[in-house]
Amino acid sequence: MIRALAHRALLALLATAVLLSHVVRAQPDTAPIVVASKPFGESYVLAEMLAVLLENNGIPVKRLPGLGTTEILFEAIRSGDVDVYPEYTGTGLIAILKETLTDHALADPRQVFAHVSQSFAARYGVRWLPPFGFENTFALAVRSDTAARHNLRTLSDLARESARLTGGFTPDFIQRPDGLAGLVRAYGDGIRPGTIRPLLPALKYQALAEGAVDVIDGYSTDGLLARYSLVVLEDDRRFFPPYEAAALLGTRAAGRADVVSALSLLSGRLSESTMRALNRRLEVDREDVHRVAVSALEAAGLGATPAASSREQGQVAIAASGESIGAYFWMRRDALLQLTLRHLGLVAVALLLAVVVAVPLGLLLERAQRAAGATLGMLGVIQTIPSIALLAFMVPFVGVGVVPALVALFAYALYPIARATFSGVRDANPAAIEAAEALGMTPRQRLLKVRLPLAAPVIMAGVRTSAVITVGATTLAAFIGAGGLGEPIVTGLALADARMVLFGAIPAAALAVVVDAALALIEKRVKPAHLRR
Amino acid sequence: MSLEARHVSHAFGNVTALHEVSLTVPRGRCLALVGESGAGKTTLLRCFNRMVVPSSGEVRVDGADVTMRSAVALRRQVGYVPQHGGLLPHWTVLRNVALVPTLLQQPDAAATASRTLEQVGLSPREFGDRYPDELSGGQRQRVALARAIAAQQDVLLMDEPFGALDAISRAELQTLCAALRQDTGATTLLVTHDVLEADFLADEIAVMRRGRIEQVARLDALIAEPATPYVESLLTRALAGGGRRAVS
Repeated sequence: MIRALAHRALLALLATAVLLSHVVRAQPDTAPIVVASKPFGESYVLAEMLAVLLENNGIPVKRLPGLGTTEILFEAIRSGDVDVYPEYTGTGLIAILKETLTDHALADPRQVFAHVSQSFAARYGVRWLPPFGFENTFALAVRSDTAARHNLRTLSDLARESARLTGGFTPDFIQRPDGLAGLVRAYGDGIRPGTIRPLLPALKYQALAEGAVDVIDGYSTDGLLARYSLVVLEDDRRFFPPYEAAALLGTRAAGRADVVSALSLLSGRLSESTMRALNRRLEVDREDVHRVAVSALEAAGLGATPAASSREQGQVAIAASGESIGAYFWMRRDALLQLTLRHLGLVAVALLLAVVVAVPLGLLLERAQRAAGATLGMLGVIQTIPSIALLAFMVPFVGVGVVPALVALFAYALYPIARATFSGVRDANPAAIEAAEALGMTPRQRLLKVRLPLAAPVIMAGVRTSAVITVGATTLAAFIGAGGLGEPIVTGLALADARMVLFGAIPAAALAVVVDAALALIEKRVKPAHLRR
Repeated sequence: MSLEARHVSHAFGNVTALHEVSLTVPRGRCLALVGESGAGKTTLLRCFNRMVVPSSGEVRVDGADVTMRSAVALRRQVGYVPQHGGLLPHWTVLRNVALVPTLLQQPDAAATASRTLEQVGLSPREFGDRYPDELSGGQRQRVALARAIAAQQDVLLMDEPFGALDAISRAELQTLCAALRQDTGATTLLVTHDVLEADFLADEIAVMRRGRIEQVARLDALIAEPATPYVESLLTRALAGGGRRAVS
């Protein structure tokens, strides 16, 4: 009894201490620094290293790994939703500044860095820290047998042979001015492979290894280049600009001396071979990104004091290979539960908002039928926008994270509900509604007691359609940092880890079925009495 | 309560439905409107519960212009039986019949409904808890009739109430309707295609054509002294086709 009391008192004391420490830490200037990355392995590792460095220096961090493409991240750092992310000078030059330099300047990484960092500071108030010390340029790679058969060593060699080869390129590379189009300008039309297949980054190495394609685009530090013993073709005309990796800091982070000095520790500390080894550990050996980052920092002499290396996030841990998929799921059941709850929360809020708006809207449109066509048409157009595009579209207006995700999901869920309400109420037994009016029911009584009950099954069918769509679309919310079951899907795609993709996809599919079944129960309850028999 | 229309005209878009129509149904009497489809019968009937507001002219119920009071209050005093019953499909028979008493917040609405159901020849115990789609067409029209009179309405508007029924149900309902009229003494306006039904139920018949009333008289008088060639031809056709006096 006394022991139990003492135990409780101790717990209470501890809780108070924790609370106090939170209160003390919740000073205005110690809001967590938001560290984000692009959805590929190296970016994850670099961002995690930056995050750990900050934590080692007592600076609280919020992680948004794999948040999105260059456009999304850069928009987010300008708007202040993200404070730090790793970027590449060449990407900054071509994709963000949309500039090019003279061949002479392009050949010198230091000139490129100087130009980019000056332009960014002047134009956007965004600061580049000195580069980490390695370049990760675009590279074209072939299998060693292809290289031997066609005698390929340089891109000029490839331009001679390309017509007979099949290229497997990421859509990004096909589109970008510093990608295929630029190569054609530099090496002539011959460099364009006879056949081109657009491939996801996660798939292209496997496609190359299996012989489905002959040439792929990659990054010079890809861990997978080594794994499949590929030949990287030399850029003998020096077309690709230098892509030096460096930390990009938004205004708030750049204004904090402690953040700048902590992150600058990494400048000049990573060689290309080091980075390739780290990527390999992540992408090939499937080591946990946090572990890779911590050990890399230790190796660079930037190791943590043991106490500081606690980690607050870690929803998506990367697998050690060899586990069965069942064991994989079971070991991560806590994370799975959290992701599922988060997912369900996003779906519930978006759907609820959509019902609250779309049902009255549908009723309104039924009253004002002339406006109905145009309004429903407009909502329908939203529906036809691919959800990933809609999410990306939201970023400049509402930033990244939960709010834009909810706005996009909400906009997505509107149409089926509004349409169903509109036509359900319009088509519900006109003779009965006419009689109800002729016998003296007020418009409100007709709506609540006749029209809505009779339209309820149709409206619920619309809600169910919306719910299933929303469960699916919510997986994409992870692309803009809202979390949920899309998180392992995004990360898994970036790391070519099928199991991790399934870790998000299977529960998401199951969730769609469960949500639909749950709504079917509600539908049964709202079904008019005469239809229940 | 009397019904009265004075110089009532109405158009739907540029189609004239009623043209300067005047008629009177004295208190407790029954007038039948007959004529072909599109003659304006239903439009005229619906003026009396303000389901149609005529473009011009005056419509009076119990001497008072219908536009002087709220449409909702008026409609609760005017019974209405549409062709297909118009019962609320998600409500039981009893609840349907209790509709107007409930709207009027009468405390004994359910008991009233039960009683009225008996009046139209349906046992409340057997039929009260059923849904309209569990009834035959004839039973549904009985329920619609009960609903129209449950609040002791003094006016009854019937729009082809038996038009969709088979001959036997129709005859039964006509008999029932005549009996109810005797009991309640409601002033009645009946729209029908059937001249013999009109003669059986109504005190007088108004023949309508293209939005105008051609003649108002008893059937005998219409046959003996048709006011227009149209009345004569309509009756010739109706009597030749029917041949049988409804239920007499």
